[in-house]
Amino acid sequence: MSSQLLESTINILQNEFLKSIYETALMIGISFSLSLVFGLALGFVLYLTSGKTFFEKTISLNKTVSAFINIIRSIPFIILVVFSLPLTFILVGTKIGPIAASVPLSIAAIVFFARLVESALKEVDAGVIEAAIATGASHSLIIRNVLLVEAAPAIVRGITITFINLIGCSAMAGMVGGGGIGNLAIQYGYYRYETGVMIFTIVVLVVIVQLAQLTGDRIARLLTH
Amino acid sequence: MIRFENLSVKFRNTDTEYTAVDKVNLTINKGEFFGIVGASGAGKSTLVRTVNLLQKPTSGNVYINGENIVNYSGQKLRNLRLNIGMIFQHFNLISNATVYDNIAFALKASKTPAKEIHKRVPELLELVGLADKAELFPPSLSGGQKQRVAIARALANNPQILLCDEATSALDPDNTKEVIQTLRNIKNHYPITILFITHQMEVAKSLFDRIAVMEKGRLVEVAPSYTLFATPQSEAAKALISSDYKKAVPKKVLEQEKDLYMITYKEEGAFDPVISDVSRKFLNTDLSIIEGNIEYVQDKPIGRLLISLRTRDEKDKESVISYLHRKTFISRLDAE
Ligand SMILES: Nc1ncnc2c1ncn2[C@@H]1O[C@H](COP(=O)(O)OP(=O)(O)O)[C@@H](O)[C@H]1O
Ligand SMILES: [Mg+2]
Repeated sequence: MSSQLLESTINILQNEFLKSIYETALMIGISFSLSLVFGLALGFVLYLTSGKTFFEKTISLNKTVSAFINIIRSIPFIILVVFSLPLTFILVGTKIGPIAASVPLSIAAIVFFARLVESALKEVDAGVIEAAIATGASHSLIIRNVLLVEAAPAIVRGITITFINLIGCSAMAGMVGGGGIGNLAIQYGYYRYETGVMIFTIVVLVVIVQLAQLTGDRIARLLTH
Repeated sequence: MIRFENLSVKFRNTDTEYTAVDKVNLTINKGEFFGIVGASGAGKSTLVRTVNLLQKPTSGNVYINGENIVNYSGQKLRNLRLNIGMIFQHFNLISNATVYDNIAFALKASKTPAKEIHKRVPELLELVGLADKAELFPPSLSGGQKQRVAIARALANNPQILLCDEATSALDPDNTKEVIQTLRNIKNHYPITILFITHQMEVAKSLFDRIAVMEKGRLVEVAPSYTLFATPQSEAAKALISSDYKKAVPKKVLEQEKDLYMITYKEEGAFDPVISDVSRKFLNTDLSIIEGNIEYVQDKPIGRLLISLRTRDEKDKESVISYLHRKTFISRLDAE
C-alpha cells in the first residue's frame, strides 16, 4: 500500500469513523435494549402459554403469537427493512438515519431473542418446576426464582447471539440509509475501492464480536453451577 | 387424614385410553408412615400425585382432613400445597441456586417475612444435618445430601403431610440409609403423616407402619408391614417379597433346583423342630436348606428358609407340604 493510499484511508477514517461508530452504537443500543425487554417478555409468553403446566387453555394464544413470530422471521432482513418503512415513518417521523433503522432492527431482534428465550426455558428440568409448584409457590415466584435462575446461562448465551446478530443486521440496515460502520465499509471500501477502510472496519467488527462472545461466555459460566 | 375414594386416573392419547389408577379406596391415618409398593408402572406415582393435585383425577375424590380437594384451584390449591411437602426420586433442586436459596424458596412460597427466613433456614439445615452446606450449590452435593436438602425444603412450612415418590430409588445403599435415617428422625420428632412410594422392598421393610400393594392401577392388598411381609396374601405381594428374597440366592442355584419352597415361620423361636420333624416323620423325603435368614420388620423378626424338597412321589410331597402348611407359611418359589 503506497503512502498516498494510506493517507487517503486515514483521511476518510478521521472524517467518518467516529460518526459511523456513533450511528452503529445508536442503532444497536436501541434495538438491543428493546429486544432484551420485549424479547424476554415474548419468550416467557411463548413458554408459559404452551402447555398445561402454568396456564390452561392458552394454546390458541400461543399458536397465534408463534405464527406471527414465524412470519416475521421468514422475511429476509433486507426486505423487512423496506417492508417496515411505513411503520418506521409513523413511529419516528423519518425513514432514514440510525433511529429509523432501529425500527426493523428491533422487530427482527425481538422475535429472534424471543425464540432463544423460549428454547432456554424449555430446557429447564420439568421435575424442578414440578417441585416448585408442589411447594405452593405462585407463578410469579416460580418465574423469578426458578425459571429465570435455571435458564439464566442459556438466556445469556442467547443475548450474546442476539447482539452479534444485530451487528450483522445493522450493517445491512446501514446500506438503506441507517449509516454506521457497516455502511462505511460498503460506501468506501466497496463502492470506492478503499481497501484500507474496508480492512479497518472489518478488524473493528471482529474485535467487537470477539469481545461480545468472550463476555457472554464468561457471564454464562458464572451463572452455571 | 388422607382418604382416596373410588379414585381413578386415566390418560388419554389420541385414540387409546390408559387407566393408570383404577378405583382406589384407601385411608391413611394421621401420623402414619404409610408405604405404597408395587412394580414400576403400577400407578404409584400417579396416585400420590393426586394428593397435591400435581395430577388431576379423572373420577373419584381425595379427602384431606375431611375436605374433598379434587376441585381446588388458585390460591386455595396453593394453600393446600403449603401444607403438603413432597420429595422426588431425582431431588429436583434448583441447580443454579444455593442450598440456602433452595430452602428459602419454599418459605417465600408461604410469604414468610425475610427475617423469619433467615432464622428458619439454618434450623432446617440443622434438622437434616447439613448446617455447613448452606452456601454450596446442589451439583456439588452427594445424592443423599441432595435428598436431605429436598427434605428440608419440603418441611420448611411445617406441613402435616410429606409425600415421597421413590425418594431413595436413585441412591446407593449408603445414601439410602442416610435418607431413611433422616426420615425416621423426623418422624420421631414431628407428628407428620408420611406417604412413601417405592418399588424397593428393602426400604419398605425398614420404614412403614402399613403398606398398600399396587398392581396395574389397583390396590390389591393393604396390611401392617409385619403382616404383609410375614404373610402376604396377594400374588403381587408374594412376587415382590420373593423377588427380593431371591436376590440373595445365586441364580444358578435357583435354576438347578426344581422344587423350591419358601417357608416363613409363624412365630419366632419355632424354627428347628419343623425341619427335624419333617426328616423324622417323612423318611422318604430329602429336605435341604438352600438359604435362610431372619429379617426385622417393625423391629419384629421374620424367619425364612428357602428349602428344596425331593420326594419319592407326588403323594409324599403333598403330605410333606400339607404338614409344613400347618406349622408355617409355605409358598412355592418359581425360578425365572
Ligand atoms: N402423563 C402421562 N401420560 C400418559 N401416561 C402416563 C402418564 N403418567 C404416567 N403414565 C402411565 O401410567 C402408568 C403408571 O405410571 P406411574 O404412576 O408413574 O407408575 P409407578 O410410579 O408405579 O412406576 C404407566 O404405565 C405410565 O406409562
Ligand atoms: Mg413412579
